[in-house]
Amino acid sequence: MDVFPIILVIAFFQIIIIQKPFPNLDQILLGIVLVVFGLFIFILGLDSALFPIGEKMANEFATKGNALWIILFGFALGFSTTIAEPALTVVAGKAGALAAGAGAIEDNQESIGSFVLGLRLTVAFSVGTAISLGVLRIIKGWPLIWFITGGYSIIVITTFFAPAQIIGIAYDSGGITTSTITVPLVAALGVGLATAIRGRSPIIDGFGLIALASLNPIIFVLGYGIFVYGINI
Amino acid sequence: MEQDFIQAIVNALGGTFKDILPIILVLGFFQAVAIRKKIQNLPSIAFGLALVVVGLSIFIVGLEKCVFPIGTQMANQLTDLNFLTSGDENVIAAIKDSIEIDPAIYLWTYVFAFLIGFSTTLAEPALIAVALKAKEITTGAISAWGLRISVALGVAFGVTLGVYRIVTGNPLHYYIATGYAFLLVQTYFAPKMIVPLAYDSGGVTTSTVTVPLIAALGIGLAANVPGRSPLIDGFGLIAFASLFPMITVMAYAMITEILAARKRTADK
Repeated sequence: MDVFPIILVIAFFQIIIIQKPFPNLDQILLGIVLVVFGLFIFILGLDSALFPIGEKMANEFATKGNALWIILFGFALGFSTTIAEPALTVVAGKAGALAAGAGAIEDNQESIGSFVLGLRLTVAFSVGTAISLGVLRIIKGWPLIWFITGGYSIIVITTFFAPAQIIGIAYDSGGITTSTITVPLVAALGVGLATAIRGRSPIIDGFGLIALASLNPIIFVLGYGIFVYGINI
Repeated sequence: MEQDFIQAIVNALGGTFKDILPIILVLGFFQAVAIRKKIQNLPSIAFGLALVVVGLSIFIVGLEKCVFPIGTQMANQLTDLNFLTSGDENVIAAIKDSIEIDPAIYLWTYVFAFLIGFSTTLAEPALIAVALKAKEITTGAISAWGLRISVALGVAFGVTLGVYRIVTGNPLHYYIATGYAFLLVQTYFAPKMIVPLAYDSGGVTTSTVTVPLIAALGIGLAANVPGRSPLIDGFGLIAFASLFPMITVMAYAMITEILAARKRTADK
């Protein structure tokens, strides 16, 4: 459980270094209970409903399905799991509020809402695309390094044209998306596929889907920033 | 206050259901069209889905009302000028007058960033699972503990450097581009089997609880350090936390390989 070390480090700092009582302690404690309890129920539900079906389906597609179906399934899986990712929901909401606060977008519910939804859809679409591409890569046996090198070259070039307000969010979105729901299902698809296809090794080809899913959102969100704020030359 | 929380959770239920709906539709569609088999234990799956929606709603409210505020509060407290200068008013006045702030005064913030990065990563369940799998696939050439410590050190160092960047206000993409250039060169020399695992370890490590906490820390810092904008400078810590584990994991694999080669020559 990764909540425990957080509490430990914060308690250490609060007592030894800052030496002041923590502000709003009662609200924070109640919140911690919600986080631990909510995460527990959430993961219990994932383990009993979504993961068994998802993993079985990923395996079934990997062994029997034709290439087109697997690529379609990869896209749908990447897209839908990313939309549900809680860290993305929370951080995208924060990004919207900050953008409105800084005057980058209009400061009303509607404009913030559409900015946040646009951001989440962009990230989800990019993860879907990344998984399809990654699946195609495993089927064809192309080296991962081509995609990584190519992808980062595109990121570097796009960054020059991207407005400053989006760069940080874009670079962060890669790490935010690959989390609780996406990783287990996508990894199951990758490892299943690499095991099923002859001549592929699960370690070299099976991993690597997540790498693409962390890279692609950066490109797409930079593009979203150019679309929302205008190009920066 | 409890009522606020309950109200917030109830409000979140609808949104959460909408967020989960695409997964249900995707799995249902492919099950019906492509696989064409009946799903077994439908009631227990429906119950599981209900747990997902309720659990996720509670969790998200907890993240918004607790984890995010903790990150912001820690940033506020650690960058509070009274705390930094032990309340010395002359120093405070001098800092307020100066345009460029000395990055060294934020020492405790760096220590905090390092410890949070290291401890949360070491305890991350997803990483434990990946580490065991990696050990299994490489038949023990990569030890589970070695991998976990390399990743944790990578995250810790990454977040600390990211905090330093926010304090100095340097452009994010210079750091990231340099990091990736280094990574590409390293990839060329690293043992082939570690490469995909190393690239994945970047994304896997930053978990659902850690991400909002670190994001809040960055935004809070950018709001407090004079001359920084939360929107432009506040983001980017997650990017650092995803980049550096790749470098440390590859470095770990390279070191183990060199040590093993040395041992072989010594045995001869």
